[in-house]
Amino acid sequence: MTETQAAGDNAKTMSIIVTKGSLDWAYPPFILATTAAAMGVDVTMFFTFYGLTLLKKKLDLQISALGNPAMQMPMMGMHMGMPNIVAMLPGVDAGATMMMKNMIKKKGVASIEDLREAAIESDIKIIACQMTMDLFEFKKEDMIDNLTLGGAATYMEKALKSDINLFI
Amino acid sequence: MADKTLDAKGLNCPLPILKAKKTLKEVPTGGTLEVLSTDPGSVADFEAFCRTTGNPLVESSADSGVYRFLIKHIA
Repeated sequence: MTETQAAGDNAKTMSIIVTKGSLDWAYPPFILATTAAAMGVDVTMFFTFYGLTLLKKKLDLQISALGNPAMQMPMMGMHMGMPNIVAMLPGVDAGATMMMKNMIKKKGVASIEDLREAAIESDIKIIACQMTMDLFEFKKEDMIDNLTLGGAATYMEKALKSDINLFI
Repeated sequence: MADKTLDAKGLNCPLPILKAKKTLKEVPTGGTLEVLSTDPGSVADFEAFCRTTGNPLVESSADSGVYRFLIKHIA
């Protein structure tokens, strides 16, 4: 972002470690990163383990109610939790994901694709964990172009100089 | 009269802020941006955004569920 560059060394900095790759958990890091960038903060996002799936060119993010008693969807004027024995059935995750995506659209909430695009546009530094790439056999060509590969030391160098460090 | 108006009605956090930041770049320095929003959370958010970025929030008002913010482009 030009403003951030103009601010130079005086700009505040933030780093976020992104470890989760489900549709619901993709929101906090991208919302905070893009908003911080809009407020002139110099942001670095480090994607590792399941968070790395958020950097795939083609996103197919899902939610799961399994083992998540806090996931209560508004339904017919009430809020319904889902018993694990139901959540484990085939197709339930897909149905819950579709419901969530419909709600996201209806409530004017940004899609993860849009937020990721905004992150790239605002010059947020995106680091993909090299070790996780190797471990899960992800190919660089399946990931978005605007990333750099790095490891723990790459992250630590950024984190040591950052005003805010988050682990999500 | 604002130099530019951003209609962010129907959008939810953080889209009104992200779009305001983007649109603010198109407003000449010293000019004003008017943002319309229906997100109740945007009232506190625009106050925080303006304090942090140094662009003064000249006006903040609400009329039948629509919030109106007038931001002066400085920084």
